[in-house]
Amino acid sequence: MIDFIDPIYILTILFFVLALQRMSDPKTARSGIVYAGAAMLVAVLVTFFVPGIGNLPWIVVGTAVGGFLGFYAAKRVKMTDMPQMVAIFNGMGGGAAASIAAVELVAYTESTGFLSLAVAGGLIGSVSFSGSVIAFLKLQGWMTQRSVTFPGQQPTNIAVLVVAGISGGLLLVFAGGFWLWPFFLLALGYGILMTLPIGGADMPVVISMYNALTGVAVALDGFALVDTSAGAAAYAMIIAGTLVGAAGSFLTIVMARAMNRSLANVLFAAYGAKVEEGGTVSGALKPIDIDDAAVMMAYASKVIITPGYGMAVAQAQQKVKELMDALESKGVTVKFGIHPVAGRMPGHMNVLLAEAGVPYDRLFDQEEINPEFPSADVVVVIGANDVVNPAARRAGSPLQGMPILDVDRSKNVLVLKRGQGKGFAGIENELFYKDNARLLYGDAQETVAKLVQAIKKL
Amino acid sequence: MIAEVWAALYIVVLAAFVGYEVISRIPTLLHTPLMSGSNFIHGIVLIGAMVALGFASTFAEEILGFVAVVMGAMNVTGGYVVTDRILQMFDRSKSKGG
Repeated sequence: MIDFIDPIYILTILFFVLALQRMSDPKTARSGIVYAGAAMLVAVLVTFFVPGIGNLPWIVVGTAVGGFLGFYAAKRVKMTDMPQMVAIFNGMGGGAAASIAAVELVAYTESTGFLSLAVAGGLIGSVSFSGSVIAFLKLQGWMTQRSVTFPGQQPTNIAVLVVAGISGGLLLVFAGGFWLWPFFLLALGYGILMTLPIGGADMPVVISMYNALTGVAVALDGFALVDTSAGAAAYAMIIAGTLVGAAGSFLTIVMARAMNRSLANVLFAAYGAKVEEGGTVSGALKPIDIDDAAVMMAYASKVIITPGYGMAVAQAQQKVKELMDALESKGVTVKFGIHPVAGRMPGHMNVLLAEAGVPYDRLFDQEEINPEFPSADVVVVIGANDVVNPAARRAGSPLQGMPILDVDRSKNVLVLKRGQGKGFAGIENELFYKDNARLLYGDAQETVAKLVQAIKKL
Repeated sequence: MIAEVWAALYIVVLAAFVGYEVISRIPTLLHTPLMSGSNFIHGIVLIGAMVALGFASTFAEEILGFVAVVMGAMNVTGGYVVTDRILQMFDRSKSKGG
């Protein structure tokens, strides 16, 4: 029979690369993912024709069940809940990779070099699975978003990882069933333990990292399968997994750099677990009422809006779009300044504002918008805190060196805040005490709605 | 068999390079779809899971293979739908912004 499976897998990979390439421009991005989706569908269908494949009814059932669950969950979820959806689907990929490794390890009878790759794939896939599940629970609010710590945490975590590795080694040496259990249980446990101390605002880094890890686990599984009857699928997995490993690593680095912290610091420092006693801020918090704020904005020539996670929590993106429209109808130039780690995943704010219908040519990243702040009449900070804290420029601050949005350099800063709480880093925000800062307390969605009404009346 | 591993390693080097080159051109605006899109791409694990289940010979292998297929299928469909929904919005915000 003519081999039609390999050429189709090769084309699938080609379409994956094309999809990523088309993602460099918002105009072409969607067509790219549609191509990749079609290619994936064809790849899955031809897999039913791999010579010698059995258990077909169960494959159909499994694909249908998983496909339905994934489709249903992804269709229903609100845009503000996207970070946890991305986390859980990533975890599923890690779990699938770990399960494939487990199949290989259960099945083997003699030790070969390939099986050490299956052990590595099983370890990384398991960590990615359980870690992503914890990230999902945190983001979904089903467990605390703060850093969870206990005495002796890091030594415990390292011990768990080391013993998992040793079990993996013994599993290879003794070709044996028993060692599968400690190996997989400890690997899963390590994923949980590793994610517990990571707090909410560090999630963009962690989600990107687990994305990369799942990619690596898939590639390792591919290596483990190269010499089996699944040879063709194995190469597709190796390439796709490597592409994702590269993408995830890239995002992880970008996110960590945007906080000026090393990946090790994000993972192991339990940042935000302790609330620091900062008493060094001088000045007073100066509230403002809605009408004054509306006047200030409506008669400005340029307004920059800088959203943060608080906008997502309050589901305020739609009202923020209305605010933009109201201001523009008064002849005000409106731009958005987006910090790379604002929110809970890379690009979170861009997605929410796009959902609300804000044209993407109004969205500017940190480097583009920072030179504009001195010429802005009003900056509106909506639910952002650490990413606009000028303390980051000062030596000795816990935020020291973090690249921030220079909102304090504008003429007026309007801060929308739920209450008098501190940011994730647990320190006072010096911005709020500046002479040019005014505070509007309340739920962001309600406050922005009132501002829109007040501006329209002017 | 050793030759196959080396061939695969050649592929990894090239794939990592292509991946990095292509991905570093993606603007921060699209970092969420990049993440969920690459999430979808590692859903290719589904075909590995199908093969693992398809060649399973004992009950334990079948159970594990079935779990892998279900999870892989969730990864693929969920990853695709999420990415498409997000990119659809960018599509729309383009036309409105004109």
